Amino acid sequence: MLKDVTFGQYYPGNSLLHRTDPRIKLIILVEYLVLVLVAESELAALTSLAFTGFLIAVSGVRFSVLIKSAKPLIFVLAFTAIVNLFFTVGEGEPLVSFYFIKIYQSGIRNAVMMLLRLLSLVLGTSVLISFTTSPLELTDAIESVLSPLKKIKVPVHEFAMMMSIALRFIPTLIEETNKIISAQKARCADFESGNLLKRLKALIPILIPLFVSAVRRAEELADAMECRCYHGGEGRTKLKVMKSDAKDYVFLVTVTLITVAVFFLNRLTWSEVVGFCADIF
Amino acid sequence: MTNALELKNISVIYGEGTPFRKAALNNINTSFPKGEITGIIGHTGSGKSTLASLLNGLSKPTEGEVLLFGENIWAKPKEMVKIRSRVGLVFQYPEYQLFDETVESDISFGPKNMGLPDDEIKKRVKLASEFCGLSEKELKRSPFELSGGQKRRVAIAGVLAMQPEVLVLDEPAAGLDPKGREEILGGLTEYKNIYGTTLIIISHSMEDIANYADNILVMKDGEVYMQGGVHEIFMQAEKLFDAKLDLPQITKLFIELKKRNLCENTDVYTVGYAKKEIEKAITSK
Repeated sequence: MLKDVTFGQYYPGNSLLHRTDPRIKLIILVEYLVLVLVAESELAALTSLAFTGFLIAVSGVRFSVLIKSAKPLIFVLAFTAIVNLFFTVGEGEPLVSFYFIKIYQSGIRNAVMMLLRLLSLVLGTSVLISFTTSPLELTDAIESVLSPLKKIKVPVHEFAMMMSIALRFIPTLIEETNKIISAQKARCADFESGNLLKRLKALIPILIPLFVSAVRRAEELADAMECRCYHGGEGRTKLKVMKSDAKDYVFLVTVTLITVAVFFLNRLTWSEVVGFCADIF
Repeated sequence: MTNALELKNISVIYGEGTPFRKAALNNINTSFPKGEITGIIGHTGSGKSTLASLLNGLSKPTEGEVLLFGENIWAKPKEMVKIRSRVGLVFQYPEYQLFDETVESDISFGPKNMGLPDDEIKKRVKLASEFCGLSEKELKRSPFELSGGQKRRVAIAGVLAMQPEVLVLDEPAAGLDPKGREEILGGLTEYKNIYGTTLIIISHSMEDIANYADNILVMKDGEVYMQGGVHEIFMQAEKLFDAKLDLPQITKLFIELKKRNLCENTDVYTVGYAKKEIEKAITSK
């Protein structure tokens, strides 16, 4: 039942993206999202596409793995593309007109742009964060990036701790769920037949023991943490101290420049670019 | 002697065709005689629990056949529920699978799933709880307010109430106090003696195996390492030590006694028998 659940699809490696400071990666992620969503003109879109390609290339994640991770999204992608294709009302004559179906040139453009934009978002963010940052690095980075909020009494450390505990317990709970399913199956429980209501009812013997054991584990963990003198984030040091070096700053500045460039490219047309280049040379 | 369960050329292999290929069980051939208690012992990771989950069709062997009274249990996969009601399986720490409002309704979960009539379910629940040492008063309580040992009894009663022909128990007494161990294992033995059920008990405790089992199956690295009567197995101390296993403590004591010429026999596996031996040794001196 839960065999297919893969989580925290961290892909161990030693690529440029793996070595980049996770905090820098978080900032780059924000810039990347802006860049992809803002790119409107062809030139800007090409730039964002090229940058996504660059990210994938330097991540060292195998292409087949990437494709596999994007597979569940095929339906969403296809749906968005089709909606854009058929429901964009453009100017001038439609290219195809068949009863109520009218396809305009701008419809095709929108569909392609939307498809590429979504695909970039999914692949780009996954190589930037999920594939190349271990869950622990990520929570540490979030804690560090959000730490200024501590000044206005936001419990940043507690949130980060909760997040890493939650991530830590996902595999444990999946294992526990499988055990409980087996145990109830051994008592002739049937999860696969009957109508919806019957199937939902069949989940009760799984969910109740699972909740009970989750609460029990939480209490045990809290006790264990207290026994080891955990008292919150104050004065707590990290095993792995995050360090940014020159490479990280170069990366950050480059991405910032690309993002700014995309804003300008949005306002330029092809002829202007050609003219601009001609002026230079 | 008929065999309740028979395993033929069983192999379980994980990740076939990948670099992570691992054989959890390798060409197992064994049988469990009807109406007897077979103890399965083996070092951690030797494949005991994997073997247990094969016996009632919870997992399918990569190769080989599991025969229940001569019938292949995988012959009709759609009727697996029937097989599971005939081969009861109690997992390790079964107390974590309790879910219902009262102990009584939790024990009747299995029989209910079998589609039995209400009065039959009631009868079975009463019988199972008696053998597991649960009182009438406890049946009405919530399973979550019982002690760990009591919860264990409820969980075992939940499988016993299905009245399976073969009952497989994975570490039924782990983590219980000595009295609790004796009551649970004693209750199960008593039940077996009355109803002729075949019991298969996985255990780490050589004492429990010596006290209750008729036969022993020793597992090592996913293979059957030794197999035979209790006496036959515990005679071969060296071989057991090789499988990172042990003898009952009382037996080790008698081996030491013999070295000092204080007694003659070393085939002493239970405290009761040891008492007789010692008395004999004292009177003969």
